[in-house]
Formats: sequence, C-alpha cells, structure tokens
Amino acid sequence: MVTHLRAATEPGPATDPRPTLAVWKFASCDGCQLTLLDCEDELLGLTERVRIDHFLEMTPAEGADGERARLAGRGPYDLSLVEGSITTAEDAERIQHVRRISRYLVTIGACATAGGIQALRNFTDVDEFLDAVYAQPEYIGTLETSTPISAHVPVDFELRGCPIDRRQLLEVITAHLAGRRPQISSHSVCFECKRRGTTCITVAHGTPCLGPVTHAGCGAICPAFGRGCYGCFGPMSKPNLRSMVAQLRHDGMSERDIQRVFRTFNAASPEYAPVPDLAAEGQHSSRA
Amino acid sequence: MSLDADGNASPAAASDGLVISRGGMAALVDVLVRRGFTVVGPTVRDGAIVLAELRSADELPYGRGVELEAGRYRLRERSDGAAFANSAGPQSWKAFLHPSRVREWSADRVGDEVVFTADQVTPPRYAFLGVRPCDLRAIAVQDRVLTGGVYRDPVYEGRRSGALLIVVECTEPGATCFCVSMGTGPAASPGYDLVMTEVVDEDGHHFWARSGSPEGAEILAELPGHPADPETQETARAGVAAAADRMGRTLPEADLRELMAGTLDAPRWDDVAGRCLTCGNCTMVCPTCFCTTTEDITDLTGDHAERWRLWDSCFDLDFSQLHGGPVRASSRSRYRQWMTHKLGTWYDQFGSSGCVGCGRCIVWCPVGIDITEEAAALHDWTRSGAPESAPESP
Ligand code: SF4
Ligand code: SF4
Ligand code: SF4
Ligand code: SF4
Repeated sequence: MVTHLRAATEPGPATDPRPTLAVWKFASCDGCQLTLLDCEDELLGLTERVRIDHFLEMTPAEGADGERARLAGRGPYDLSLVEGSITTAEDAERIQHVRRISRYLVTIGACATAGGIQALRNFTDVDEFLDAVYAQPEYIGTLETSTPISAHVPVDFELRGCPIDRRQLLEVITAHLAGRRPQISSHSVCFECKRRGTTCITVAHGTPCLGPVTHAGCGAICPAFGRGCYGCFGPMSKPNLRSMVAQLRHDGMSERDIQRVFRTFNAASPEYAPVPDLAAEGQHSSRA
Repeated sequence: MSLDADGNASPAAASDGLVISRGGMAALVDVLVRRGFTVVGPTVRDGAIVLAELRSADELPYGRGVELEAGRYRLRERSDGAAFANSAGPQSWKAFLHPSRVREWSADRVGDEVVFTADQVTPPRYAFLGVRPCDLRAIAVQDRVLTGGVYRDPVYEGRRSGALLIVVECTEPGATCFCVSMGTGPAASPGYDLVMTEVVDEDGHHFWARSGSPEGAEILAELPGHPADPETQETARAGVAAAADRMGRTLPEADLRELMAGTLDAPRWDDVAGRCLTCGNCTMVCPTCFCTTTEDITDLTGDHAERWRLWDSCFDLDFSQLHGGPVRASSRSRYRQWMTHKLGTWYDQFGSSGCVGCGRCIVWCPVGIDITEEAAALHDWTRSGAPESAPESP
C-alpha cells in the first residue's frame, strides 16, 4: 500500500530531487526496521522528503520502476539505516558493500550498535552450541562472534535501543535532511525520569535500576511503570559501573543476577566488560 | 537565622493571626480555587509525597510521614494525622516555576520569509500550599538568578509573579535536613503571603495562620477560625524551636566559600568521584539549580522549526562540550563543579549560598552521596591532612 502511495508522488528517478533511503537487515529481529513503518502519522510526510528505494520489509520492489529488489541493493543511497549485527562471513562481506553504496550510514538498535543479544556467543564456545542445538551442525555457517557494524565499517551515527525509539529515528532522519546534528543526548535515563517527574524507584522503593548508567532516549518508560531500567539502550557516556554494581548489590541483587542483567541486548558493549569482576568482588561498597 | 516564628516583620500581621482547623484548611483550598488559583501542594502518589495540583484539601498527605536517609525515602503512617510533618519530597516548586521542558519559539517558512512566533502561554496563577521555609528561600535564590540581572527569564517571571506562597513551618525535620546550618529554617523568613504552623495536641489538629501580604490577609479573612490564643501560639513556637534542635545534618562551621576555594586539590574529590554515578539526579532535585540546555528541532517538511528549553545538569558531559571534547570529562571535575557551585562560587555569582539545606540531593542520590559528609571531609582535610601548599584560609 505504501508502494502505491510512493508511485503517486514519484516523478521518476531522473528528475526526482528527493534523497534516497535504504534499510538493511543483518542478524536481528526486525523490530527496529518496523519502527520505521510504525511512524504511521509521519510516513506520508517522510515519503515526500525521501525516496524509499530499498526496504525489503516494506516492499519486494526496488526503485520507481518496481523491479524486484536484490539483497545487495542497486545503490547508491543517500541514507542507509542498518539493522542487525555481523554473525556470518557473508554478512561481513555484505556490510562492506553496503558501506560503499551509502553516503551516510546510521546503525539502528542494539544489534547493529553493540552486537545484540546474539553477542552472548562471544562469551562462550559457539561449536558447543551448534552441537547441542542442530542435528547436523556442519550445515551451519556462522562466525565465533556477533559484532556491531562499527567493528567492520565506519559508521556516521549510532542510534540506541532495543528497539529504537520512534521519535529518535524521525529526529535522525529529519536532522540528516536538514543538514544538522541530531538532538540525541548521551546522558543517563535519570535525566528523563526527572524531567518527566517520575519518582525515583530505587530511592523510594529500593527497586534495582540500571537508569544511572544507561543511555537516555526511551523517555524513561520502565521506571514510569515502577519497573527498574534493564539497560536496553546500552551504556551512557562514561558510566561508573563500579558504583552501579555496588548499588545493585545494596538493592538486593546477587552476583549472578548482576552478571545477567548486563548480559542482555548490549552484552558485548565494551563498557560492560568489567562487570563480571566487579560483581564477583563483592567487597567494594559505596554504601558501607 | 531567626527562630522567631511570630511573623511580626510582615505588614499584615497586626493581629496575631488565626487558628484554623482541618475544616479551615479545606476552606482555604476552596477559597483559593474560587479565586481562580491553580492550587499545588503535597499529595501521596507512587509511594512518595509529591507536589501536584490539588482539587481539595482531602488530597493533602494527612497522617503520612517520611523516613529519610542518604539514598533512601520511605513513606510511613503517622498516628497524629499531621499533613506537613514531612520534607524533601522528590520534586521542588521549581518544577512549576522553572519547568523542565518549555517551547520558547517556533518558526515557519511562509513563501520566501521565515516567520518567528514566540511562545507566550499565559501561565496559570499558582497558589503553592505547603512551601517549606527552606523552599521559600530557594525560590528567593531562583528569583535572583532568573530575574535579578540584566537578562530576565520571561518564563520564570510569568509563573512567579502571580504565584501565591503559603509557607508551612517545619516541626518535624527529616534526617537529611540542615536548614539551621544554612540559616533558612525551620521558621519562615519573610516573603510569603501566608504562613502556617501545624499543631497537633490534646486540643486537636490546628494550624496557626498569619498573613504576610495584603492578598494573604484578604484570604485569611475569608477563613473560618478563631483569633490565635496565646497557648496555641506558644505550642506552635515551641514546636518550631524544638525542630531546630533536631536537625538531621549540619554543615561544618566554617566559611564555606573559603572551604570550597581552598580544597580544590583535596584527595577527597577522587573518593567521591569513585562513588558518583554522574547521573545528574542531585541537580535535578535541587530547588536552586537552574541550568538549562536548548534543543532546536525541525520537522520533516523542513518548513517548521522549534526551540525547546530543557533542564540540564553540570553532570552531563555535553554541559561542558567544546570543540575537541568536554572540559569536565572526569566525574571528579563534575562532582566538584556541582558542590563548589552550590557552596562556594554561588556567593561570587549571586551573593548568597546556592544551597538552602533542604536535603533533597542527599535523599535522591541513588548511591547516597551526602553533601554534608563531603563538606565535613574537606573541612577535616584542611585541619589535619592538608599539605602545606593547600591555601588555608588566613
Ligand atoms: S527504561 Fe531502560 S530498559 Fe526500559 S525502555 Fe528505557 S532504556 Fe530500555
Ligand atoms: S544542594 Fe542539596 S541540600 Fe542544598 S538546596 Fe540543593 S538539594 Fe537542597
Ligand atoms: S550545580 Fe550544576 S546544574 Fe546546578 S546550577 Fe550549578 S552548574 Fe547548574
Ligand atoms: S552525587 Fe549522586 S545524584 Fe549526584 S550525580 Fe553523583 S550519583 Fe548522581
């Protein structure tokens, strides 16, 4: 249906002044791409400003002539949104190609930005999993690790979240169209709680919460519903994990729980690397 | 600091005020609503005593108190039914006077021109019910910062100029309060329209109310009650005086401005930096912190732009971002900026302390960092361990 709307507004590539947009999928769940389709009220306006040329989730066609799209795309594209992490040798090749045909490349979501939940494999032996899960593991071609896009190619902007926030996605696209820097802050989720007037659930109820070390962007959804932030936007700039881990322990989390709460969608974030040791230390406490 | 709670300094306190009951408090809210005020006061929500719009006095936190500690806030029942025997809630009045998000202007491309429209929303006329004495002083501090200089903030001014301030003196300081050290409480200083002292004794539950402005006097005249008898005044004064002796915290008895200026290299800053999450909560809950940032946004058409103003914090790396990176990159430098501004450089900038001793930053710091404990540690360092090079006060 959206394809139909596009056709109506499209004068054709040769004369079309709109920048082109491509959406790419690597190892991921599709949730972040769907956020683009989720921009229901803005989608029409968006298609007036950009030509969505390659977006397999939306249409199997590419370009104005409606030709069947290939996985590699036709290119070049002005703006590429990349979802997913690199987990296969083929994808490691393909991202190089995507980079070559993209002027501005934005990674969207925890998988593309930090490796995703599939990066749990980075902490263990993949072959063991293959043997345990698949009857014929020799048919599975996969890498030892799940890595973010930035480990393979230069990235122009990284948008956080699992999934990404709809308003932030629109802000990144809008800012790109206007040639300005996106208004995306890298401070803690606490800023968002305080600005929206949420009472701190850690202080008032003793609920463990990763908000103080987590990158803002969601609008502090979870604490507003009485639930501790579990860090789906990944680490903020320069998080103090030593103090955070001590606080989580103070709020009743065991060493195992602390390890696990950081081993989710952003498990492979380098900022989280010291967590297992800090959780095991058990001695340090800022709340002595 | 004055513990004199009789309000004699105020112009309209020719009489000794009025004693009103809980029924009189209900009448007060009704009178305020009838006079067109948006009444804001304490009420229980999400397990805390927050500030929110009140439709009736029934929404006041009667019988609810708080247990406060560094990094910890818990509601508890109070058998005496008092409504104002609590402090250091999660917000301060700045949430209403200096809101966290404001659109300043928008711009539209119309033909070849760009048309700017300043946002001129007429703010509601607020009546703040239950302003603590320290909060009253915090409002005075923000008055100086936001309207006292050459550049006046129209958003703040618009909300502040019509606001009616009803102070309730403190008879139950929290474990994190230190208004006596800052000279800001527990008795009210001038600047209010009405002041009340809550008295719960064998004679019942009363409020001794006095006016501090003509408008306050008018409102008082509309309330049911009886002229304040000497016994009630005595009990009320004694309650406030006793509160002064039960402060949960103190600041070192030293010239704080000199203490801050003389300890910039103290090792204690590394210690607190190890604990500080740089989450920014302390600045957001502080009733005097005023810093904001602006965000310029455009919409998809590219023909419409808006400028928004949002609360900011010196704990944000972007706060000191210049070309090449943030000036205050370490958490040490960011914590030090916050504390030296509150207790030291604020004097140079605005002629007063930036801290009124409300204790909110202590309570609402998730890891319980305590500005009084940090100040005491710095003070100890100057007296014992400070190297000779440290500039001691002469
Ligand atoms: S509060 Fe935390 S876990 Fe919840 S949506 Fe936001 S970043 Fe994700
Ligand atoms: S610095 Fe802390 S105690 Fe002082 S006014 Fe601010 S929040 Fe209150
Ligand atoms: S302490 Fe920080 S946030 Fe508060 S007023 Fe000073 S610089 Fe601004
Ligand atoms: S002092 Fe506490 S509230 Fe303030 S930034 Fe540090 S951890 Fe957060």
